[in-house]
Amino acid sequence: MRLKRGIPLIDQHDQQGFWGGKFGGSFIPETLKKPVEDLTNQFKKLRKNKKFLKKRDFYFKNYVGSPTSFIKLENLTNHLGGAQIWAKVVSEANGGAHKIYNATVHALICKTMGKKYIIGDTGAGYAGKMLSMAAKKFGLKCKIFMGAKDIKRQKPNCDAMRKNGAEIVPVYSGSQTLVDAVSECMRYWVSNCNNTHMCVGSTVGPNIFVKICGWSTAQISRELKLQLKSQFKKIPKKIKLINCVGGGSSAYGFWSEFIDYKKSQIELIGVEAGGPKNSKLHAAPLSRNAKIGILHGAASYLCQNNEGQINDTESISAGLDYPGVSPIHCFLKDSKRARYTYATDEEALNAHVMVTKYENLNPSLEPSHAFAEAIKIAPKLSKDTIIIVNSCGDAKKDRDILKERLGKRK
Amino acid sequence: MNSLLNQAFQNAKKENRPALLTYTVAGDNTKKKSLEILKSISNYADICELGFPHNTPIADGGQIQTSAYRAIKNGIKINDVFSIAKDFKKFKKSKPIILMGYYNMIFQFDENKFLDKCKNAKVDGLIVVDLPYPENRKFASKCKKRGINFIQLVSPTTSSTRLKRIIKDSHDMIYYISMLSTTGGKLKVSPKKILKEYKKIKNQNKSKNVVIGFGITKKTIKSLKKADGLVVGSAICKEITNSIKKRQNTVINVINVVRKLRNEIK
Repeated sequence: MRLKRGIPLIDQHDQQGFWGGKFGGSFIPETLKKPVEDLTNQFKKLRKNKKFLKKRDFYFKNYVGSPTSFIKLENLTNHLGGAQIWAKVVSEANGGAHKIYNATVHALICKTMGKKYIIGDTGAGYAGKMLSMAAKKFGLKCKIFMGAKDIKRQKPNCDAMRKNGAEIVPVYSGSQTLVDAVSECMRYWVSNCNNTHMCVGSTVGPNIFVKICGWSTAQISRELKLQLKSQFKKIPKKIKLINCVGGGSSAYGFWSEFIDYKKSQIELIGVEAGGPKNSKLHAAPLSRNAKIGILHGAASYLCQNNEGQINDTESISAGLDYPGVSPIHCFLKDSKRARYTYATDEEALNAHVMVTKYENLNPSLEPSHAFAEAIKIAPKLSKDTIIIVNSCGDAKKDRDILKERLGKRK
Repeated sequence: MNSLLNQAFQNAKKENRPALLTYTVAGDNTKKKSLEILKSISNYADICELGFPHNTPIADGGQIQTSAYRAIKNGIKINDVFSIAKDFKKFKKSKPIILMGYYNMIFQFDENKFLDKCKNAKVDGLIVVDLPYPENRKFASKCKKRGINFIQLVSPTTSSTRLKRIIKDSHDMIYYISMLSTTGGKLKVSPKKILKEYKKIKNQNKSKNVVIGFGITKKTIKSLKKADGLVVGSAICKEITNSIKKRQNTVINVINVVRKLRNEIK
């Protein structure tokens, strides 16, 4: 399985929508064929439309607040010794996470297509919060589907969604987390696709949703490339880009501009949710060798049993708590361009504690998984190695979990 | 050779009524019970659909989800579904049975192995909810080779050019989804409008049997009786749920529902 150079990864699929011949596709009910086709055609046009691109850039700059900063974590670097640790502070984006890019683009597309309603799924609540913000900004009616378990554990984001005028639809089926929220959101779309636009919250789902989301979050690496050049005069020789991976939207956005570089120069490391230390459950299909399966319209490595039933997952981080993963990450794994590993709940918590102790940075539990890997490998690496962690979410939403797990610290 | 499916439609036509198709979830609520239900409703149904329970069914509404979760909880496996189908066909050789499911189960089981199992159980047809046209062409031809009908779905969103292609490649039966909905939704489109769309499909090729499903209950079934066949699923699953709740005999209650449905269209 090989990557092509000079073509964005999101476009390296075949006619049927498969990356590497087997990941992705569009496994959808007949009813969704037409709306998915319409969206595909619309997106194809819009991404070449200068006016639309101008609009996107305008809102990214003036609404999302691009570029987000790129900073060296001096204290953490000194404490660990070894590689330099830097962070791309994507959590500075309006709303507090990278989900705003995808949400903004979807809202703009929804407007262009003349649909008045927009729906979306959410796990950690960031995708939902951002979509509710974008919907409010662009005058769209918004419904967010969210697992009942997640509604409880990510209350601050739910409060924000309601404040933005969105309706949160609690999902009680199955494990009551992200996987069920996505299913329910797709069901709602099946029933209302004539007047409603669906936003999938990550680089998962039928082919077109992977593409739109990846196209939107790619902003992160466009900024980073410029920032690297201005900081180091040229792209440094030894870089490691570490990102958490649930669905994989922030990781793709963080990496997309750097995929064509050699692995020896820029290593891409994805960190999945390993779940509690002593639990058999996890949400790490890539790093724990799950088999390929079909979930939510796409083929990917998938936590499932040998009968094809989707397994329960477990993670302290609602945003990573998903049994599948983006087909483009499966492609990056099998083509050996990226390396995937996992961090346990405990490792992520410890990383959160360490980062907040040494730095004026408050990464949510999702990027704390990435920091855990950075903390693990930095001491073993040379001082001229640049580790960059995408701090893609702010921990405000994790207030209750952190309080419960760490005591009264925060 | 005339397929059992075709024969079932012809028999109904002779009686000047649409064929009645029922849908139940295999293993709901136990393996034994679901076979019993299947056997008893086959006295009134012309074609029986049997669903593979799946835990992330993206096109099913609450009733069928509940049935599926119940069956999975009771430990139903893919092989159990085949054995239910096989036992049923031993009991009623001439009654067509259609298996219905999501593609991941087939994919994990292996397409060829899955189809051989179907053939072995004498399954007459297959519906795969999330394997649309044209992606399903290869699989459909594999079905045909084994004498199994692959049933194409058509919905109100299907464009006319697409419709032509689907029908051209279809086998004996086509399933028209009455409205934009998951299974078990309230019928939100007028029967007149549904039948108008139905006729568009029928006019493409009169020899294809076109059934209408989604939102069909005792209340709505009569209004659509001009169709070749009508599918009732959620209303039956709902009855199973209610019977369990009330600790009543599921088999008797379900037969009653199906008998009443049949009476509505006779």
